[in-house]
Amino acid sequence: MKILSVEQLGFRYNSVEVLSDISFSVDAGDYIGLVGPNGSGKTTVIKIILGLLQQEKGSVTLFGTDSSAFRDRQRIGYLPQKPTHFNPHFPATVKEIVSLGLFSKQRFPKRITKDDQALIYDAMAMAEVLDISDALIGELSGGQQQRVLVARAVVNKPELLILDEPTTALDPEAREHFFKVLYELNRRENVTVILITHDIASIGKYASKLLYLDKKVVFYGSFEDFCLSENMTQYFGEFTQHLICHRHD
Amino acid sequence: MIDMDIVTALQYEFIRRAFIAGSFIALVCSILGVLLVLRRLSLIGDGLAHVTFGSVAIALLLRQHPAIVAIPIVMLSSLGILKLMQKARLYGDAAIGIVSSIGIAAGILIAARSGGFNVDLFSFLFGNILAISNAEVITSIALSIVVLSVIILFYNEHFSTTFDEEFARVSGINVQKINALLVLLTGITVVLTMKVVGIMLTSALLILPAVTALQIAKSFKHTMLLSSLTGVASVIIGIYASLVLNLPTGATIVMVNFFFFVIAFLLRHVVQKKRRSIRPGLPEL
Repeated sequence: MKILSVEQLGFRYNSVEVLSDISFSVDAGDYIGLVGPNGSGKTTVIKIILGLLQQEKGSVTLFGTDSSAFRDRQRIGYLPQKPTHFNPHFPATVKEIVSLGLFSKQRFPKRITKDDQALIYDAMAMAEVLDISDALIGELSGGQQQRVLVARAVVNKPELLILDEPTTALDPEAREHFFKVLYELNRRENVTVILITHDIASIGKYASKLLYLDKKVVFYGSFEDFCLSENMTQYFGEFTQHLICHRHD
Repeated sequence: MIDMDIVTALQYEFIRRAFIAGSFIALVCSILGVLLVLRRLSLIGDGLAHVTFGSVAIALLLRQHPAIVAIPIVMLSSLGILKLMQKARLYGDAAIGIVSSIGIAAGILIAARSGGFNVDLFSFLFGNILAISNAEVITSIALSIVVLSVIILFYNEHFSTTFDEEFARVSGINVQKINALLVLLTGITVVLTMKVVGIMLTSALLILPAVTALQIAKSFKHTMLLSSLTGVASVIIGIYASLVLNLPTGATIVMVNFFFFVIAFLLRHVVQKKRRSIRPGLPEL
């Protein structure tokens, strides 16, 4: 089943071309590692998919519906690079922040029900933040804050989870733990994952497909195909290709 | 100093009216204030108060009730601030500054041209809640209930948008509408506060209870509750203190609010010191 289909996407910031003729599709259960150099358009693609930016050309289809008409927001979980209004003195508890993820499935007026409380509990348990559920977000370490935002992203039990460089603020141990949690979600709950990352050495261990962007699609396919591709050897050089293909601990 | 206990004070109808209207308005200001402070729009109250000054000048010129003229003008101006931020790519403070200065300039020009009502106009600068009429009390209560109801109905949308606007948009919340709602409600509230503390001190009722609550709150809901309690208590204590000490009411209310802020600020530092002595290395809150 196709979860996402992107067709001939084009986008410009002012007059600078950021994306050109981007096409790819994502099947249910895929774990896509979205990589590319800085300024390659990774975050822009994600923002267009999420409806935060309007494409100049092309189309995006989510769960069979054109993105402009897509309303089932609860089917998508999102973990942004950094929250726009996040300030360390914001007076919200972990539990309150996780509950924010539920509002995408609710119609007016948005209220937390008893069933929702169970979902919040499950999400906090999964992200291992239950013991700090009443703590203010500003009291937590970077790793803990990130786990809270993961819980917020998955509280709705989304079918598609989009994460934009979620591990940049984490130490290596927390990063490894984070990747494992994501892997479990993908394998056990069949959550489709699109993960933007610069961590090309780790992504091969978990992702099933690689999407390499550099304003256009340089490569999209399985890791096996990537690693066997002579074109990719020429494009990246043997060392980088080996680094990406290295899939062992 | 006047020797009068609060029970005696409550026997006077004008004092009861002041307590009731002041409490409702303070409640609305305190709740809106939390959202405005967290969105770094604290000074919108100040800016819209200046527009209220211009609107009152127009009302006096047209011989109409100030609130009837001021409410639509201030609501339109609040939307104008939002549009300037979105369309002219201005930061909030610059957009507020533009609308604010136009408001006050209009007031001065109208007062200069018309003559004769300068005294009336300047009485609005400092407010006088003790002179509030029955009709004004009813209007204040009715408008406060409308504003409170809308905030309660859209509470979670406001919370989500205030914490993380981008995530709120991804969740399908119409952030533009929520922002418009917030500034429109602020516009109505600012006009209501002009009688309590006057145009000059309006922003204090919006900002001070919120920042007091933020010093010691343990959750977002707790912040709203604490801010409301602080705002209402400041108005009641302020009115009573101004009567007993024979001081201007609006300014006394603001100073009581500030007193609460200082207490909360000191309390936070004492608690923090205690926490650090028990668990060294805790982050500063």
